[in-house]
Amino acid sequence: MKPFTSLTSSCVVLPAANVDTDQIIPARFLKTVERRGLGAHLFADWRVDEQGQPRSDFPLNSPSAVGAEILVAGHNFGCGSSREHAPWALLDFGFRAVISTGFADIFRNNALKTGLLPVALSAAAHGGLLDQLAASPRARVAIDLESQTATLPDGTSHGFKVDPFARHCLLNGVDELGFLLKEDAAIATYESAHPARVSTR
Amino acid sequence: MTRSANMSPPETLVDKIWSSHLVRPETESTPAVLYVDLHLVHEVTSPQAFAELRTRDVRVRRPDLTLATMDHSTPTTPRSNGHLQVLDTQASTQLKQLETNCDEFGIKLFGLDDSRQGIVHVIGPEQGLTQPGMTIVCGDSHTSTHGAFGALAFGIGTSEVSHVLATQTLLQRKPRNMLVQVDGTLPSGVTAKDIILAVIAKIGIGGATGHVLEYSGSAIRSLGMEERMTICNMSIEAGARAGLIAPDDTTFEYIAGRPFAPTGADWDAAVARWKTLASDEGASYDRSVQLDAASLAPMITFGTNPSMAIPIDGRVPHPTDADTSAERVDLDKALRYMALEPGQSLLGRTVDVVFVGSCTNSRISDLREAAAVMRGRHVADGVRMLVVPGSRNVKRAAEAEGLDRIFMEAGAEWREAGCSMCIAMNGDQLAPGQSAVSTSNRNFEGRQGKGGRTFLASPLTAAATAVAGAIADVRTLS
Ligand code: SF4
Repeated sequence: MKPFTSLTSSCVVLPAANVDTDQIIPARFLKTVERRGLGAHLFADWRVDEQGQPRSDFPLNSPSAVGAEILVAGHNFGCGSSREHAPWALLDFGFRAVISTGFADIFRNNALKTGLLPVALSAAAHGGLLDQLAASPRARVAIDLESQTATLPDGTSHGFKVDPFARHCLLNGVDELGFLLKEDAAIATYESAHPARVSTR
Repeated sequence: MTRSANMSPPETLVDKIWSSHLVRPETESTPAVLYVDLHLVHEVTSPQAFAELRTRDVRVRRPDLTLATMDHSTPTTPRSNGHLQVLDTQASTQLKQLETNCDEFGIKLFGLDDSRQGIVHVIGPEQGLTQPGMTIVCGDSHTSTHGAFGALAFGIGTSEVSHVLATQTLLQRKPRNMLVQVDGTLPSGVTAKDIILAVIAKIGIGGATGHVLEYSGSAIRSLGMEERMTICNMSIEAGARAGLIAPDDTTFEYIAGRPFAPTGADWDAAVARWKTLASDEGASYDRSVQLDAASLAPMITFGTNPSMAIPIDGRVPHPTDADTSAERVDLDKALRYMALEPGQSLLGRTVDVVFVGSCTNSRISDLREAAAVMRGRHVADGVRMLVVPGSRNVKRAAEAEGLDRIFMEAGAEWREAGCSMCIAMNGDQLAPGQSAVSTSNRNFEGRQGKGGRTFLASPLTAAATAVAGAIADVRTLS
C-alpha cells in the first residue's frame, strides 16, 4: 500500500446522503477478477445516461472536477454491500480521500486498507466546506494525516480521527497482512488451546 | 437470560464470543487479533484475495475452516442436460477462477455441479456449519444472517478476505452492543420480514453503525430458525456490523443431524456449551430499541434504501415532513426515482416483476408461505414471477413437497439456486423503468437492474402482489 501523509487538492462535491456501494460501483461491474480498471465505471449509472453519454449535471463530469483528488460526500457514505471494489473504483478514478460527516463501517475499513483516506468532519465544518466550495469550486483543501487536520479554503483547520493503528499503517505504508503474518506463533498457541469448532473436510 | 455462576460482571452474548476468540486483545494503538472459526468464500469478492496470497507466496492457513460456493454470478435458468449456461465470458472466467483457487489452495468448493451448491448464507446453516458461539466471516455484508444461531458473523472486504485466508484472523475493534427487543404476538399475515423492515425503519439506514444488534423478546423467541435468519440477515441495512440471537432449543433442534453438526458425545458437549451463550442478566447495552409485534402490519419499502418502509396500508411520507434538510433531499430524490407522489398509497400500484428469493427469503419456509398464497391462483397477466430457491437442497425439498408445481401451474418461473435478481449480476434483471416487489434485502437504485424500481416485502406480500398484478395486502386478498 502506498503511504498517505498529506494531500492538498481541489474537490468534487457529491452532497447526497447515504450513497450506497451499488451507486459507487454497480454490481454488473463486479465480474472482474482484477483490482484495476474500475475507475471507468465509478458511479456509472449517475455519470452516464441511457445513451452512454456523460450527464452534464453530474458533479464528476463538471470541468471543475478535473484533477480533483478529494471527494466531498454526504453522511453515511458507502453504506450497503461489503464490496472493496468501491474504494478501488474511487482510487482508480483518481481520488485519494473522501470527506463526509460519517462513513458506513465496512466501507471505512476497506478504504483504510486500500489507501483511500476517509475523513469524517463535524457537521458544522462539513457544512462550511460545502458553502465555501459552492462559492469557489476550484478551491483547495489540505488534509494532513499526521496531525489529523483538514484545512478548508477559508483557512480554518478542523480535526478528524482515524483509528491509531490504521493511521500508523497509512503513514508508514505498513501492510496489515504482513503485520498479521508476524503473529504466527500467537495464532498457533490459540489454535492449540481451542480445538476447531467444525471441519469443512 | 442467565446469570453466570462466578461474580464477573454481566456480559452480553457478543462480549462472550468476543473474549473467547482473542488471539491478542486490543490496545489503544492496535486492534484485537480475532480468531475466525469459519470462513465462507464466494466468486465475487475472493479472486483478488487469492491473487494477494500468490504474490506473497503464502498458503491458506486453515482450508479445513474454509468453504466456498458459487452464487452471485451463477445462472438460474433451468439446466439443459444437467448443465447451466453461464451469462458471459466474464462471469465464466470468475467462476473458473474460483475453481482454480479452491483447487490450488485445497479448499472445499460447492461448485455448480455440486448437489449442495447455493447462496453462501443459505448453505452454511443448511449444512450445520453455522453453530452457536462461533465467529464467522465472509466477503459479503449479509454474513450477519448466521447470527441467527448466536454466532458473531459479519461481512468483510477483500483485503480482509486475504487476511483470513492467510492467518485465520482479523484485526478488529470491539463493536458496541445494541438491544432490539421485540415482544408480543405477530398478527396473521405479518412475518419476520415485516419485523426487520419495521426495525430498520425505526433505527434508520445508518442508525446502528458501529454496533452489533442483539434481537431479543418473546416475538423473537417464538420464531423458527429460518425466520430468525431473515431478521439477522438485514441487520446491515441499519448499518450494523452484525446481528444475533441467543441460541435456544429451537436452534439446537435445527442443527441436530445436519451433515457438519457434531454427533454423539460431541453433540452433548456442544449443546452444554451453547446453553451458556445468552446475555447475562443485567448486562449493559450501549443502546436499545423496543418494538411491539402485535402492532405491526405487513411492511413494504417505497424508497431507495431499506429504511424507507411503511405499513402496506400506509401512505408515502411527505418530504416536507422530514426532520432534517438532508432527509428531505434524500426522500425527494427517492420518490422521483420510484415515480411516487407524497401521500399516495402503494396498494394497487402495478408491478412488472415479482421476485421470491435471496439470502433473506429463499428457504423452504419462505417458499411454503409464497406457495400457500399461489395455490389455486394465477400470476396476473403482464407480470413475471421468478421463484429462486436459495440452494439446490432447498430446491429438491420444495420439489418433494410439490411446491414447484404450485408455482409453475400459477404461471411463475421455477429457477435454479443462486442470488439471481437480488443483485442482477447473472442476467436475471429488471429492464429500465420496470417495477418489482422483491423478497430480497436491497432497494438501492438499479440494484435489480439499471433503472429498475424495487419494493421490498415479505414472501406473502410478494405472492399476493403477483396474483393481483399490483401491490396487494395479503390480509385482504380475495
Ligand atoms: S442473495 Fe443477494 S444479498 Fe444475499 S448474498 Fe446473494 S447477492 Fe448478496
